[in-house]
Amino acid sequence: MRRDRIGPTLGALLVALVPGAAGAAEVVAIRIEKLAFTPAEVSAHVGDAVEWRNDDFVTHTATARDGSWDVTIPPHESRRVVVKAEGKFEYFCKFHPNMVGRISVQR
Amino acid sequence: MVFARIGCAFAALLVASGMAFAQEAKPTDPQIAHIAYTAGQIDIEAAQQALQKSKNKDVIAFAKNMEQDHKAVNDQALALVKKLNVTPEDNDISRSLSKQAAAKRAELAKLSGAAFDKAYIDNEVAYHKAVNSALSKTLIPSASNAELKSLLMTGLKIFEGHEQHAEHVAAEFK
Repeated sequence: MRRDRIGPTLGALLVALVPGAAGAAEVVAIRIEKLAFTPAEVSAHVGDAVEWRNDDFVTHTATARDGSWDVTIPPHESRRVVVKAEGKFEYFCKFHPNMVGRISVQR
Repeated sequence: MVFARIGCAFAALLVASGMAFAQEAKPTDPQIAHIAYTAGQIDIEAAQQALQKSKNKDVIAFAKNMEQDHKAVNDQALALVKKLNVTPEDNDISRSLSKQAAAKRAELAKLSGAAFDKAYIDNEVAYHKAVNSALSKTLIPSASNAELKSLLMTGLKIFEGHEQHAEHVAAEFK
C-alpha cells in the first residue's frame, strides 16, 4: 500500500536519479508486536531496505514463501533485507506461521 | 488416535474443570499462573526428550523453538508473578497435567526413529490444540489481573503459531 511507505516520492526520485545505487534507497519499517507484522502490507522499490523490528519477547523470522529471503529476528532487535526484484512477495514467520505479511516491490 | 490422548485428556479435564468452576468458583489468578507455567514446562521437557532422541532436522528445529519459546513465556510469567507479588498455587489441573505428561514421556521413551518423530509431533499438535482451547475458553476469561490476562493472550497467539508449525511438520509423516 502506497500510504505505508515512508516518503515514496523522494524514494522514487532518488531511485530515478541514481539507478541501482544501494545507499540512496529508503528503509521501509515494519514492526513486530504481539505476533503481528505491522503494517501487514507495505510497498517498496527495488534497492530499498525492508527492516523488521521485533518488539516481542520471542524470536521471529521473516521468511519469503518463494525462498527469496529468510531472516531471523531475535527479541528486541532489528534485521533488514534489501529487496532486489520486482513483484509481490508473501512472507511469514517460520516459528509462528499465523504471522503473515506482504511486500509489493516496484521498479 | 493414541498420540492425541494427552491433549484430549487435557481438553476434557479443563472443560470439566471449567464446568465445575462455572458452578462453583473460577480458577484464581495464582492457580491460572500455576497451570500456565506447568503447561509450558511440560512442553519444554517434551522438547528436551525430542532433542535427545530425534535425528530429523525439522523435528529438531521445532523442538528447539518449543524449548526457547516456552522458556521465554515462562520467564515472563515468573517476572509478572514476582512483580504482582503472587505465589502460583498448585492445583488439581496442574497435578493431572504433570501426571499425564510423565506417562506420555514414558510412552515416547520406548520409541525411536520415525516412529518417535511421528508420535512426538502428533502429540505436539494435540497438546497445543488442547492448551489453546483451555486458554481461550477457561484461563483467559477467568483471569482477573489485566497484565496476567494480557500475557495469557500473547501466549495464546504464540501457541497458535506452534500449533500451525507442528501441523506443517506432522504433514511430513502422513
